[in-house]
Amino acid sequence: MSDTALDRVARATPPRVARRIRGFSDRAIAWIFVAPTIVLLLAINIFPLIWTIYLSFTNYRANRPNAVVEWVGFRNYQRILGDPEIWQTMQATAHFLFWTLFFQVLFGFALAWLINAKFRGSNLWTTIIVLPMMLSPAVVGNFWTFLYQPQIGIFNYAVAFVTGADPSSFSMIGDVRLAPWSIVIVDTWMWTPFVMLICLAGLRSIPESIYEAAECDRASKWRQFWTITVPMVLPFLMLAVLFRGIENFKMFDLVVQLTGGGPGSTTELTSINLKREAFEKWRTGYASAYAVILFVTVFGLASIYVKALNTVKNR
Amino acid sequence: MKTNARLLAATALVGLSTLATTGANAANLTLCWAAWDPANALIELSRDFEAQSGHSMSFEFVPWPNFADRMLNELNSRGQLCDLMIGDSQWIGLAAESGHYIQLNDFFDAEGISMDAFIPATVEGYSEWPKGTPNYWALPAFADVVGWTYRRDWFENPEIQAAFREAYGRDLDVPATQAELKDIAEFFQGREIDGRTVYGAAIYTERGSEGITMGVTNALYNFGFRYGSPDNPYDLEGYVNSPGAVEGLEFYKALYDCCTPPGSSDWYMSETIDAFRSGQVALQMNFAFIWPGVDQDPNVGGDRSGYFANPPGPDGHFAQLGGQGISVVSYSQNQDAALEYIKWFAQSEVQQRWWELGGFSAMNDVVLAPGFADSQPYAQTFLDSMEIVLDFWAEPTYAELLLAMQNRIHRYVVAGEGTAQEALDALVRDWTEIFEDDGKL
Repeated sequence: MSDTALDRVARATPPRVARRIRGFSDRAIAWIFVAPTIVLLLAINIFPLIWTIYLSFTNYRANRPNAVVEWVGFRNYQRILGDPEIWQTMQATAHFLFWTLFFQVLFGFALAWLINAKFRGSNLWTTIIVLPMMLSPAVVGNFWTFLYQPQIGIFNYAVAFVTGADPSSFSMIGDVRLAPWSIVIVDTWMWTPFVMLICLAGLRSIPESIYEAAECDRASKWRQFWTITVPMVLPFLMLAVLFRGIENFKMFDLVVQLTGGGPGSTTELTSINLKREAFEKWRTGYASAYAVILFVTVFGLASIYVKALNTVKNR
Repeated sequence: MKTNARLLAATALVGLSTLATTGANAANLTLCWAAWDPANALIELSRDFEAQSGHSMSFEFVPWPNFADRMLNELNSRGQLCDLMIGDSQWIGLAAESGHYIQLNDFFDAEGISMDAFIPATVEGYSEWPKGTPNYWALPAFADVVGWTYRRDWFENPEIQAAFREAYGRDLDVPATQAELKDIAEFFQGREIDGRTVYGAAIYTERGSEGITMGVTNALYNFGFRYGSPDNPYDLEGYVNSPGAVEGLEFYKALYDCCTPPGSSDWYMSETIDAFRSGQVALQMNFAFIWPGVDQDPNVGGDRSGYFANPPGPDGHFAQLGGQGISVVSYSQNQDAALEYIKWFAQSEVQQRWWELGGFSAMNDVVLAPGFADSQPYAQTFLDSMEIVLDFWAEPTYAELLLAMQNRIHRYVVAGEGTAQEALDALVRDWTEIFEDDGKL
C-alpha cells in the first residue's frame, strides 16, 4: 500500500470524500488549494489594474454617470507627461524622497550603532526612540502644525534659541523655501526609528567571532567598521531604504495634515495631486492614466532596486 | 367581568393598531450637513419636527474641510445615507444634472411654497439650476455671506484713535472702502495692545478645500473681476484677468503680506475665528454664521466686537455668498418624509425660531419683519451683506474650477510665485480647458 501525501489525506477524510480525493491528480489538488487565492487576486488586484488601464484611455468621470464615455487614445498620457505642474509635483516628491531617505539612513544607522553598544538604559532609550513611529501619521501631521506655529510653536522657539532669530519671523509651513524641509523633518522624526530597528537587527546578526578575528589581525576599529560592519549591515539597510522609499513615494496623510500641499503647490506630492485629480476633480480617466504612469515608475524602480539588493546579498 | 375583558381586549387592539400605523408611517430621516455651530441649532430646531411628525431624525455632520469630499462621494456613489442634504450652493449644477437631488417644483406648487418668500439672492444661489430659470432643486436653508468682525473696544480706545488719526489723518472707524480696510489692518499690525502684540487682519488663505477662493473673491469682485462676459458666461478672457481683477488680486496679496498674523498661510473659518477670539487680530474676515458665537464669546463678545459688510472697492460693492439650500436626495428611501421636513421647514414660524436659535433664515417674513434689524447686533450687517452677494461657479464642473482657482491664487498670494497677471491668465487657461472638456466651449 502506497503512503503518499494524497493517500494520507484520503485516509484522514470520511469515505465518500476520500473516494473523490483519490480521483484527483496532484495538479488538480494543487489547483483546488490555490484557486481561492488566485480568484481573490484576480478580483482585487488584476481586474482593477486592467480596468484602470482601460479607463486611462477614456474621458470617463465617476461623478458624471450619465455622460457619454469616449475613447481618447493616448491623450491623457500626453497631457500628463506634457504638464509642467505634474513635473513640479514629481520634483517635490523626488526632493522629499531623497532627503528623507538620506536623513533616515544616516540617523537610523547612527542610532542603531549607539543602541547596539548596550549601555545602561539602552532598552529604555530604544523604547523612547521608537515611540514616534507608533503614532498615526495624521496625528503627527496635525500636532507638528502646532509645533511649527510661528507664535506658539516649540520648534520656532528652539530654532530661535539656537540662532537668536525672532521666532515669529519665519514660518516653516508657510514659506516656500522652508515648507519642503518641514515635511522632511517630520517624516525623518517619525520614521528614523524604523530604519534604526532594521539596522539594529543587522548589527546584532553579525557574529562576534568576526570582530575577534579582526582584532587578532590587528584591524583598527575604523577598518572593522568599513570592512565588517558596513558590508554586513548593507542588505538590511537597503531593505529599509526599499520599504521607506515605497512608503514615501505614496506619502499622503502626513503631508496633507501638515501643509495641505501648500504653500501654492510647493509640497504637493504626486499622491496628493493624484487624489485631487481622481476624487476632487473627478477626472477619472485622466487620473487612471496618472496612476498607471506612477505604477510603472515605482514598479520599474523597485525591480531595479531589488535586483541590486539581491546582488549585495549574494556577495 | 366579561365586559371588562372585552373592553381590555378592544383597548389593546386599538393600541396595537395605532402603534402599527405609527410604525408604518414613521421614518428615520438622516440629514447631512457640515459640522459647525448652525448644525447644533438645527438639531435643536428639528426636535419640533420629530414631535409633530412622529418621524425621528439622525444627523451626519462632516467638518468643512472634508465636507465636499465626503458628501459628494456619497452622492456620486448613489449612497442612501442621506435623505436630506444641505449641500453647498456650488454643488447645485452637478447635483441637478447628475440626478442626485429631486426637482422640487411640483412639490412646491402642490404645497403652496413660493420662492418669492425668500431672499432673491438665496433662491438664485441655493435653489436654481440652470441659474436664472425657475427650476428649483433646494429650499434656501441657511443664508450666509462673508463679512467682517472688528474689535470695537480697540476702535473706541482714545489712545488708539489718536494714534490712528495722527497716522492717517482721519478717524478710526469702520472702513468705507477696501483701501481703508487695508489701512486699518496695517495700523494694527504688530501694535502693542494691553501688553501683547496684535495683528491687523485674519483672512482666508486655506489651500486644501475652498478657503483662499472664498476670501480673495471679496477683493476681486470689488476691483472689477467678473466670471465671464454678460453675453457668454464662458467667455473669460478680459473678465477673469481684467486690469481691475489683477489690481484686486494684488490688493489681497498686499493685505496678506502686510497685515496678517505670522503663520496664517493656511487659514480658513476655524483658524480665523480662533485668532479673533484669542485677541490676536483687530479684523476678521469670516462668514456670518460665526457672528452669534462671537457675540456671546466671553473674551470678545458683546460690546467688544462689531460687524460690517465687506467694503466696496473701486469697481463695485460685492461680497462672497455662502450658505446652502436643503434638498431631497433622489436615492433616499424616505422621500415622502423628507419632503414633509421641507414643508415643515418652510413655515414662517419655524424660520423665525431658526433665526432665534442662531440659524440665518433666508425667509423674507423673518428678515424683513419690523424689528429684525435690531434683533441682534449683527442683524443689520447681515441684511446689508445679503444685498451685495455674488457666488462662485455652480457648474457641474465646479470642483475642478474651484481647485484650479485655489491653486493659482494660493501660488501667487501665499507662495509669492509670479505676478497677479500671470496667475489670472493661467486661471483663464485652466478654466477654458475645463469648459472645453465639458463641452461648454
